[in-house]
Amino acid sequence: MTSQVDINKVTVVALVENEPGVLNRIASLFRRRAFNIDSLTVGRTHKPHISRMTIRVVAGPEYARKIATNLQKLVNVIDVRVLDNEPHVERDLALIKVRNDDAESRNTITEICDRYPARIVDVGPKVAIIEMVGTEEILEEFIDEVRPTGIVEMIRTGVVSMGRGTRIHDTNFTRRDLAKIQDELSAGGNGNVI
Amino acid sequence: MKLTGSEIIMECLLQEGVHVMFGYPGGAILPTYDAIAKYDDRLHHVLVRHEQGASHMADGYARATGEVGVCIATSGPGATNLVTGLATAMMDSSPILAITGQVPIPAIGSDAFQETDVTGVTLPITKHNYLVTDVRDLAYTMKEAFHIARTGRPGPVLVDVPKDVQLAETEFEYPEGEIRLPGYHPPSSAEESEVSAALRLIEEAERPIILAGHGIMMSGAMQELRELSERAQIPVALTLLGKGGMPEDHPLVIGMMGMHGEASANLAIQEADLLIALGMRFDDRVTGNLKTYALNARKIHIDIDRSEINKNVRADVGIAGDLKTVLTQMLPKLEPKSHQQWIARIRDWLEDSSERDILNYETPGRLLTAQVINDIWKHTQGEAITVTDVGQHQMLEAQYYPHQRPATLLTSGGLGTMGFGFPAAIGAKFGKPEEEVWAIVGDGGFQMTLCELATAAQENINVNIAIINNFFLGMVRQWQELFYEKRYEATPLFNPDFCKLADAYRIPNRRVTERDEIEDAVQFARDIDGPTLIEFVVEKEEMVYPMVPAGADLHDMKRRPKPGEGS
Ligand SMILES: Cc1cc2nc3c(=O)[nH]c(=O)nc-3n(C[C@H](O)[C@H](O)[C@H](O)COP(=O)(O)OP(=O)(O)OC[C@H]3O[C@@H](n4cnc5c(N)ncnc54)[C@H](O)[C@@H]3O)c2cc1C
Ligand SMILES: Cc1ncc(C[n+]2csc(CCOP(=O)(O)OP(=O)(O)O)c2C)c(N)n1
Repeated sequence: MTSQVDINKVTVVALVENEPGVLNRIASLFRRRAFNIDSLTVGRTHKPHISRMTIRVVAGPEYARKIATNLQKLVNVIDVRVLDNEPHVERDLALIKVRNDDAESRNTITEICDRYPARIVDVGPKVAIIEMVGTEEILEEFIDEVRPTGIVEMIRTGVVSMGRGTRIHDTNFTRRDLAKIQDELSAGGNGNVI
Repeated sequence: MKLTGSEIIMECLLQEGVHVMFGYPGGAILPTYDAIAKYDDRLHHVLVRHEQGASHMADGYARATGEVGVCIATSGPGATNLVTGLATAMMDSSPILAITGQVPIPAIGSDAFQETDVTGVTLPITKHNYLVTDVRDLAYTMKEAFHIARTGRPGPVLVDVPKDVQLAETEFEYPEGEIRLPGYHPPSSAEESEVSAALRLIEEAERPIILAGHGIMMSGAMQELRELSERAQIPVALTLLGKGGMPEDHPLVIGMMGMHGEASANLAIQEADLLIALGMRFDDRVTGNLKTYALNARKIHIDIDRSEINKNVRADVGIAGDLKTVLTQMLPKLEPKSHQQWIARIRDWLEDSSERDILNYETPGRLLTAQVINDIWKHTQGEAITVTDVGQHQMLEAQYYPHQRPATLLTSGGLGTMGFGFPAAIGAKFGKPEEEVWAIVGDGGFQMTLCELATAAQENINVNIAIINNFFLGMVRQWQELFYEKRYEATPLFNPDFCKLADAYRIPNRRVTERDEIEDAVQFARDIDGPTLIEFVVEKEEMVYPMVPAGADLHDMKRRPKPGEGS
């Protein structure tokens, strides 16, 4: 079986307030508007109050823009970009547990891992865990190669993306969370909660 | 100054210019009701009989005034009763603020008595919502809530306040200055290039038409719309919610578009070479079949909500911005034009329509809804605020009560919520006490919220209720007649004696069965300073024409036959 990486995948990146319920709002929006999402990842940024989402959609750029304009309407969504033409770096990470119980499979796995940016991070007498990082396409390729040796468990994080060069996707804002600021001030902090 | 959370809520309402709120008490909101008692010289609380009524009253208040309407309810069932009103306000972009009590923070998540995840339930039907977990956040949250409700594309906002937050004390200071939210920047003006692109399309058009929507009034762009239309001689069609955006007796106004719109407006849209859509969202009741909609026309779409542009109809020039601001940018560069032939062509269609007008038919011994509504229009000099419910009477109101001023027709368009009309009329009257307010409702929809008769009587609020009683769920019956071979399943109504019902609430009332009684009854209602109810017993099986069946092409209208053309 060969991998089918859809060339029509578009990436939407959103900076969101790191507040309870934000992911729920976004999930609710996708469901309500019947948007079809391929993958969605959320993670922290270097600013404690901002999280960043990467959303992959199997669709044309126009559909992605529809998602973007709707996302932008959410009060907790700070900024949205569609990375369709921009050159960008993207990474997906997989943990793959494979059968490892004879010499042949051990050799095959080591050999495959040598040709990819993959590492064996856990080895036992029966199974091993491979960590593989790369673009979605390379991951698909890698997984297809490993598959015949017997994958018993797998998890992928989903794609994260970042524009290349000096295109900085960031935002400057001071959160208004009065209670938090007051707590920090009374705890002798400097109140800098950016 | 140290205040409790409940007092802070009251102070914030005062700061935001609120004088009236509509609500219903219960355990989780009791501390706030205790504060209401302390503030009742400055803040009037209207006790409703069902929280749905409170939400529609806040909505009616908001639509009539353009200000935020406020409703308040307890946790659990109180809050869930607001849901229909929030969804109604969301669909029609009406700014309301709902304050709900919640179980105390430590009890949240424990299935406590009357606990409902209200922010979860209302997430898709509010513009934004909050669960306040720290009394020190309360004042800012309230300010933010008002700001979000009334700016940009307005909409409902809910603030859920746990009981312990209402009771907790903190130093109160109303946050000064502008609200700055990192993710909230409604667009306002257009790029120069967008303005010139739009002007170019207008310059090139030979058969242009303006589609004016609710956004005209929300933006306050009535004057700018008129200037655009007059200077470039462009006819204006209105959406249901756009009625009042330009005076309907203006020679360039060609009436309502859409499913039950004027045939001339729909035909003009289908023949136009340019649509200028202003603050309207191309609802499917406006467009009919999108595949055949205005195929000859290029489109300019101006809307404050970027996600509306290209949502249903592809725009050649799409501008995300505030209408008044964008039109003000465009007007100085707009060249005068004339479109005599085009306007003459539309007039021909209009003439054909008036020949089919039901009011031209001889109908001895029958009372028709169109007559009732047209006579109410006449005897109120066309100056009342009318608030309708949903159904045939709503469409006939739109056809037979021309509106000259903005925000004088209040109606649930997007959600089509039966039960909206009467409570929304009460809310509108609280917002505009100097105006004459009529609730025009069907016998079906009125029964969904008629418990508010008690509210109207208790407040002695001067709202005139006109019940159009056809003993049917008329609009559904119409669909059954047209598309289900008259199988009238679940549409004939057994009704109470509405006049006796009014008597029970000590509300003055009349029953009208003949056309020549209408004037007198309307005058009777107008003379009484307090609620009145008139039951108009009309023909049972009337039809609303024209009608574009759901999903049909906009030009494919079912028309009323001309007199002498047979049934
Ligand atoms: C039984 C029934 C029959 C109906 N038949 C018809 C019919 O025949 N014809 C008809 O027209 N409707 C009909 N409707 C109503 C219809 O469903 C829609 O509610 C209506 O068409 C919406 O009108 P709108 O787009 O003008 O208003 P809204 O839905 O309120 O949309 C307003 C638009 O204006 C924008 N806006 C808000 N503020 C600004 C601003 N400051 N600047 C710029 N833009 C702004 C908003 O973003 C929004 O896109 C019917 C409803 C019912 C219940
Ligand atoms: C809450 C709600 N339930 C059901 C409907 C579906 N519906 C639309 S119009 C209508 C009939 C309305 O009848 P009535 O209030 O008597 O007004 P009429 O059409 O006779 O003027 C119904 C049931 C609705 N719009 N709202």
